[in-house]
Amino acid sequence: MRRVLSAVLGLVVLIALWEGYKAVGNPDGTVLFGVRVLPRADDLSMPHVSDMLSRLGRPELTGGRPVWQVVLSASLFTLGITTAGFLAGAVVGLLLAVAMQRFRVIERGLLPYVILSQTVPLVALAPLIAGWSGTVWPEWTTVAVIAAYLAFFPVAVGMLRGLQSPQAAGVELMRSYAAGWWRTLIKLRLPASLPYLFPALRLAGAAAVVGAVVGEISTGTRGGIGRLIIEYSREATSDPAKVYTAMLGAALLGLVVAALVTLLELPLMRHRRRVSVVTM
Amino acid sequence: MTAVSLDKVTKVFNQGRPDEVTALSDINLEIGAGRFVSLIGPSGCGKSTLLRLIADLIPASSGTVEVAGKPATRARLDQEYGIAFQQAGLFEWRTVQRNVELPLELRGASRAERKARATEMLALVGLADFAGHYPAQLSGGMQQRVAIARALAVHPPLLLMDEPFGALDEMTRERLQSELLAICAKTGTSTVFVTHSISEAVFLSDQVVVMSPRPGRITAIIDVDLPARDDAARQSPAYFEAITAVRRALRGTDNASASTDAVAAPSSRTPGSASPAATAP
Repeated sequence: MRRVLSAVLGLVVLIALWEGYKAVGNPDGTVLFGVRVLPRADDLSMPHVSDMLSRLGRPELTGGRPVWQVVLSASLFTLGITTAGFLAGAVVGLLLAVAMQRFRVIERGLLPYVILSQTVPLVALAPLIAGWSGTVWPEWTTVAVIAAYLAFFPVAVGMLRGLQSPQAAGVELMRSYAAGWWRTLIKLRLPASLPYLFPALRLAGAAAVVGAVVGEISTGTRGGIGRLIIEYSREATSDPAKVYTAMLGAALLGLVVAALVTLLELPLMRHRRRVSVVTM
Repeated sequence: MTAVSLDKVTKVFNQGRPDEVTALSDINLEIGAGRFVSLIGPSGCGKSTLLRLIADLIPASSGTVEVAGKPATRARLDQEYGIAFQQAGLFEWRTVQRNVELPLELRGASRAERKARATEMLALVGLADFAGHYPAQLSGGMQQRVAIARALAVHPPLLLMDEPFGALDEMTRERLQSELLAICAKTGTSTVFVTHSISEAVFLSDQVVVMSPRPGRITAIIDVDLPARDDAARQSPAYFEAITAVRRALRGTDNASASTDAVAAPSSRTPGSASPAATAP
């Protein structure tokens, strides 16, 4: 209950900041020595929150479906892609982390490339992956692969740290029980890694949303929220509130993915809820 | 019947490298079944290393280690011993009961058997009411008792303990010492107990093994014969005699190492330079 309240409060503060700046800010922005230090506050650049919400209720084009329906169905389409990419990325990340924990050689050889993989700009990579599609897999899987490519990284790094987190005493204890690597993994390392895994999964969820949206844009996939953002932003001069409705959809998508991770976390982290434990 | 038998055991870390350290040299030790034996000595004397050799957590460089009449590795695989460390090392995601059940689980015991055994062990250490708690909800002393219950869960003939009460306050420590003695008497478990407290070693043990560092070796084995192990025993002449004997044995090694230190004083702080200095005299 308290968390719901504070979430609502956060939203209220955000809206108040937006509308407050609109009220006091210079409509043409504040320019100092030829550099714009504060953005324009006119209705074209910063439409009223009420305008965005009312725009949701009006039809997309004259006689078409209302915008909220279009945004919602686009969000659902992207949610499917995001989920597929997130799951694939999480599985790959988990497997990489386990392999790196098991064999020091793999950790040394692979970890630099895992980090390197995230420094390659996504916009450069996306067309490359898009080039493979159509022949072996449908178009949406390309977007899912891009989402997975971003999602696997936090899971691999966070999970590796989690798997290595048990202290020597715990590992020695398992050895004294004649437990091999596999049973040590199941009974000790995996449960010990959960406090590291869930923050990593949250990051991965957010990364998957970004990957899916950017992937849709750069591959030109139709039907998703990424495409909608591009389409609506073209109308920004005549209908500024419209592009914000699409962004609301993208934000909603991120919230849903974060909620899914939390849903997974609650039953597995019961022992943490009873006492306050300092992590990290 | 011997519980533990060490024959000409040597342990060298980083063998053949510049940072080679001889942790233990030529250790011969027989521990009879049902006996309570303490290993005592200054830090760096290899007492914890010796315990880990018995537990087969690390291999000996040379010599043979036998536990319950079999090679140490075999004994570990057969779970012939239970072990407890200075840190309780409980799994925080498991309840107290499930922590005690862990070694039974790995042995493939049935659910009913695990539950029965865990309940029995928790009653033994006086924590029957806390079976459903998580470790983070318990005090340090209680956590250590859970660790002892876990070590005893498979009814091992041998209990290995590495400064298990080292992190506890004096009052808790004395209470747990009495409890440990009662448990060992009840179960007939042989115990090897690493400590750096003279009074603890004397109060608990039938035998105190005094060790000295660089290289780690046994310098004296002192038999302690107290009439009874209760609070009165802590005031008895036999208790103080044994304490004096252990202290004298420890001091004897102190003098020897002090003279070594005098020679190697400027460079004796790093382990790499300490080992050649120790082998010189």
